[in-house]
Amino acid sequence: MVETKGISKSPTGIDGFDDLTLGGLPTGRPTLVRGSAGCGKTLFASTFLLNGTREFDEPGVFVTFEERPVDIVNNVASLGFEMDRLIDEGKVWIEHIAVDPAELAEIGEYDLEALFLRLELAIDQVGAKRIVLDTIESLFSAFTNPAILRAEIRRLFDWLKDRGMTTVITAERGDGSLTRQGLEEYVSDCVLLLDHRVHNQISTRRLRIVKYRGTAHGTNEYPFLIDEDGFSVLPVSSLGLNHKVHEDRISSGVPDLDAMLTGGGFHRGSSVLLSGVAGSGKSSLAACFADAACKSGERALYFSFEESAAQTVRNMRSIGVELKQWLDSGTLRHIAARPTFYSLEMHLAVMLREVQRFKPSLVVLDPISAFMGSADALEVQSMMLRMVDFLKSNGITAVFTHLMHSQDGTAETDVGLSSLMDAWILLLNREVNGEFNRELYLLKARGMSHSNQVREFIMSDDGIRLLTPYLGETGALTGSARKSEEAKARRAEVARRVEVQRLAEAIDTRRRKAKAEIEALQAEIEADEIELRRIEADEETYLSQALTDREDMEKSRRA
Amino acid sequence: MIDDAPGAAPSEPLKLVLYIAGQTPKSMAAIANLERICAETGPGKYTVEVIDLKKDPKLAREHNIVAIPTLVRQLPVPIRKIIGDLSDREKVLVHLKVGG
Repeated sequence: MVETKGISKSPTGIDGFDDLTLGGLPTGRPTLVRGSAGCGKTLFASTFLLNGTREFDEPGVFVTFEERPVDIVNNVASLGFEMDRLIDEGKVWIEHIAVDPAELAEIGEYDLEALFLRLELAIDQVGAKRIVLDTIESLFSAFTNPAILRAEIRRLFDWLKDRGMTTVITAERGDGSLTRQGLEEYVSDCVLLLDHRVHNQISTRRLRIVKYRGTAHGTNEYPFLIDEDGFSVLPVSSLGLNHKVHEDRISSGVPDLDAMLTGGGFHRGSSVLLSGVAGSGKSSLAACFADAACKSGERALYFSFEESAAQTVRNMRSIGVELKQWLDSGTLRHIAARPTFYSLEMHLAVMLREVQRFKPSLVVLDPISAFMGSADALEVQSMMLRMVDFLKSNGITAVFTHLMHSQDGTAETDVGLSSLMDAWILLLNREVNGEFNRELYLLKARGMSHSNQVREFIMSDDGIRLLTPYLGETGALTGSARKSEEAKARRAEVARRVEVQRLAEAIDTRRRKAKAEIEALQAEIEADEIELRRIEADEETYLSQALTDREDMEKSRRA
Repeated sequence: MIDDAPGAAPSEPLKLVLYIAGQTPKSMAAIANLERICAETGPGKYTVEVIDLKKDPKLAREHNIVAIPTLVRQLPVPIRKIIGDLSDREKVLVHLKVGG
């Protein structure tokens, strides 16, 4: 229980409401909850009562003037309240005050002392601290003397106050700003207004604190939700620009994309917009972000406004991203809701609530352009602004996808969101030479230097890859053009290699030929030398023979 | 008028229960008025029981009583309830009349 100066408060245990009222309803005083039929008055009252019993150890009495006790038990059973068990345990009592005007005649003076006795009995029986009167106005149709009734109701409220009962009184909204029977006259402490409005065929429930004596409170209308978790008020508080700035980086799940950013990856807590035409791979890239967050042991929350969880899982499996393991382990939560399911404000409120509950480090909204159909651009922009601010202030990285209808001319989002975003990745799907090729371009990335290149975006069985485009003579080429250009280059390369080899072989042949010729000449020279030596030897023999002959001749002449 | 009411069912007495809460002026007035009506219409036509809910508040819940004083005609069925101090004798008789 939060104590503020002068007034003590009893928490209702209703999500958001206790924050809004800085603690809950005024303790020991009556609170009037007014609203038209079917706007959740009874549910508010029963949630207040049952939460009091279960969570704050304050037993309660539910006084019903309309519905039968069994109906009330059944109504709250669908919201997970085991009211019948609490009744068995003696912590809650349902007092059914049924007055049938048909069997009643009024003759002379009377009062409602028996009602007081019954309430006293019920209060004492369970030791009640809280009491709900739903809806005391029905007495006005049962009794014809309003003077007596008003006096008695005033006496009843005073009596409940004296007993220190924290009371919730429900009342139908009348024609004007007051309730039908003007019960505001008796309840001066706290008045709540529940409203149920339909705009563009989408209904939104709203709660407003009309009056809360002695305490500060928000005066706005706050959307509230009745779902399987019961009653929750969703204060969309005003947020400033004083977010914490994170220096660390998170991976996009695509290594090639991280590499395009100096430092590797996006800043934590930044807002990343992925925009592109249909089929350009926005959702796939967004799922990669989520996958990367889960891989690093962080939680990711994926809001899908077009696809169911099963569909997303199947589609991502085809590019090698297995999301099911994260869904099973609870690190990834996938919430699918059609944009027309709630009003814009309610969507925002529900998303904020889910984020607060799940506490993810990354949130994906896929696609935000889906809201364009259900509200006007200004509203969508203001909603996105609040979402971006909220996520930023909590240091949560946000990934938004946005469907563009055209990629010609200036890149501009319908929602006028580009200026809110820290990073903007443009996904293109361009037709060149009779085929579509995906391209990715980092349009902006605040606080990071990044590649200025248009990359070819390829989705394959083993994930997303970004290829540097082929820079040919006619500019950057992608797809088949790139392939054909690459093949052409390969062919030229092969031809050149063959030519070089041919030349090398020719030289080799010539070298071998020259060598052979040299060898032949050398052989010739050698032969000549041998001949020469033979002639020289002959000459020598001749000369010595000639000498011998002459000597012989001289010898013979002398003899 | 006086003879009409009991005359409709002379054989069986009407079973009446008067619920009060303590000795309040309204309760005392209702008792006095009822006693006078019974006396004037003759004995044996009504059996009257007075229940003080202050002494036994559980009965208020069981019998679904909200206003005080309440006069309940339990027999013959259907049950009829008159709230107030029964100051208008003729109206009381009209409402107690069988089938009326």
